[in-house]
Amino acid sequence: MTGTALADLIAGNHAGPDGYVRLDVTSDVWTALAEGCAAGQHDLSALWVDEGRVRMALNGKGRRAILSLKTDKGAYPSVSVHHAPALRLERAMRDLHGVRPVGLPDGRPWLDHGRWPGRESTARYEFLRVEGDDLHQVAVGPIHAGIIEPGHFRFTASGETVVRLEQRFGYTHKGVERLLQGADVARGARIASRISGDSTVAYAWAFARAVETALGWSVPPRAVLLRGILAELERLSHHINDVGGICNDAGVITINARCMLQREDVLLVAAACFGHRLMMDCVVPGGVATDLSQDGIGPIRDLLARLEETRAEILRVYDGLPSLQDRTVTTGVARPELVRQYAAGGFVGRASGRAFDTRKAFPYGPYDRLDFEAKTRIDGDVDARLQVRMDEIVESLRMVRELLDRLEPGDIRSEPPPFVAGEGAALIEAFRGDAFLSVTLDSAGRLGRVHIRDASWFQWPILEAAIEGNIIADFPICNKSFNCAYSGQDL
Amino acid sequence: MRSFLLDALRRGKATVMPPVPEPAALEELAKALAERARQQLGRSLAIREVDAGSCNGCELEINALNNPVYDIERFGLKFVASPRHADVFLVTGPVTWNMQEALLRAYNAAPEPKWVVGVGDCAANCGVFAGSDAVAGPLASVLPVDLHIGGCPPAPIQIVKGLLALMEKAG
Repeated sequence: MTGTALADLIAGNHAGPDGYVRLDVTSDVWTALAEGCAAGQHDLSALWVDEGRVRMALNGKGRRAILSLKTDKGAYPSVSVHHAPALRLERAMRDLHGVRPVGLPDGRPWLDHGRWPGRESTARYEFLRVEGDDLHQVAVGPIHAGIIEPGHFRFTASGETVVRLEQRFGYTHKGVERLLQGADVARGARIASRISGDSTVAYAWAFARAVETALGWSVPPRAVLLRGILAELERLSHHINDVGGICNDAGVITINARCMLQREDVLLVAAACFGHRLMMDCVVPGGVATDLSQDGIGPIRDLLARLEETRAEILRVYDGLPSLQDRTVTTGVARPELVRQYAAGGFVGRASGRAFDTRKAFPYGPYDRLDFEAKTRIDGDVDARLQVRMDEIVESLRMVRELLDRLEPGDIRSEPPPFVAGEGAALIEAFRGDAFLSVTLDSAGRLGRVHIRDASWFQWPILEAAIEGNIIADFPICNKSFNCAYSGQDL
Repeated sequence: MRSFLLDALRRGKATVMPPVPEPAALEELAKALAERARQQLGRSLAIREVDAGSCNGCELEINALNNPVYDIERFGLKFVASPRHADVFLVTGPVTWNMQEALLRAYNAAPEPKWVVGVGDCAANCGVFAGSDAVAGPLASVLPVDLHIGGCPPAPIQIVKGLLALMEKAG
């Protein structure tokens, strides 16, 4: 086994209030850590550029760290040359910051489509060559048939069977990190809530927590519980919707209709209790923006009962439809070794036996005091990803009930402490997996470098592999079972 | 499966009563469509949704239009896959430089007459993404917009009201 293990490197160092040990490293140690990722000694969590430095967040067993390396006029040793999961991250870093990862195995741009003013280019984007007899290509997107985000999928097929899929994203790149630079905390929170509309609570929370740990800003106990309720309602609304979407892609629209109704039910209750259907801008630095009134507790409890009933009913119907399971079982298998290599989070990881859940691995309030299980399956197919969602619905229902029980009157937001220059990071379990967000702040309370890494970065590439050998017609159902983000990744 | 049907009978209809078209939208459309060719479309509009760089929040709410509560097909409104079949472009997000060409190509592929509806604050003024160097501009800087439906994101019922106004004026 090669490489340096994170655990050995940081053994004697204390973690900051955000749980991260921060160290400057030499390029040799940097490379050894990259090799350590490849050897499975720790997981790559994020990789970004920050004022003349490249930084790498790593997760070890129970410990995590952010390592920084000064670049040599923009040059630094590539991570992806040792550890493939870093490849798209490094291509994006090159496009946005002009750094030069030495040894980068793929020199094609990622986010830069040759359209940005002053950087226009007519150079054709070359997809990787696929050679063989009787192969044909199918180009799909960026605009897809349904109402979903834009991205391009290039299939190479032999008859109906997919030989290779290559993804190309970046269409929704909005320059989010650059917009955050120089913004104040309040504007930062509004932008963070719109990183990915489906994970608005999770990202607002990640931003708030990163800022709070940077400033030593304490959050009132009631707000911590309310954040948990908001985040679990968000998870429930998406999990039930995804189950419907997967069944819909197999032609079972009755299940989808029931799931969409149930999702609408969640959103209506959210709107009534928190003032916004998607609960956007509800989590803010220092606490939450909207309190849950005493009258709101009953409707949420009733909602949980209806959700439980719907879940049981859908599972009963799902189990009774062999023709539906014929489409989901053994379809789109994500191999456990790939999931481990990419440290894929969320239901993608957990359906292939990777038991990582941020709420368990690096607990934050209120999850540090909640009794729940990180549910896993081992088959890694569409069915397993659906079942993990079903299992997680049960856990979320239990969590929301317990959080409601514990609510006591109190403040929902605290005043900010005096601004100090500093930095903080947060890892939050969004519905689709772990979301990483790191901020730096100056003494005037202005944001410096903010970096965001969606769970999708380490899930999308696995979809490319999972679809191989499946028929093209099964791509929608596989894709839905992954439900990765576009905007959250393109930023 | 039968239980679903029985359940539906027991619970009664989930679908909400049709809302009245948004008055402000009617006014905006009256101006926008006054000089444009009108054609009887039999009170049915085919919609091509295009995400031109949104955060996905608007897509979630547009998807909700198809749920049994809003059920927009009852109004003759239908989402279609091909721009060749589209009467209406329902566009979300600030238009990013990286999506501009795809949006234009889809628009140009649709037959006349066609209408453009911007959904969400981003389509109107780029929302929180205003000022970004990765954004080409609001929808109106790229396509002729007939109607804006504001909100971040607009609730499905707001989108229904806007689309009903469009039906009244364009259909």
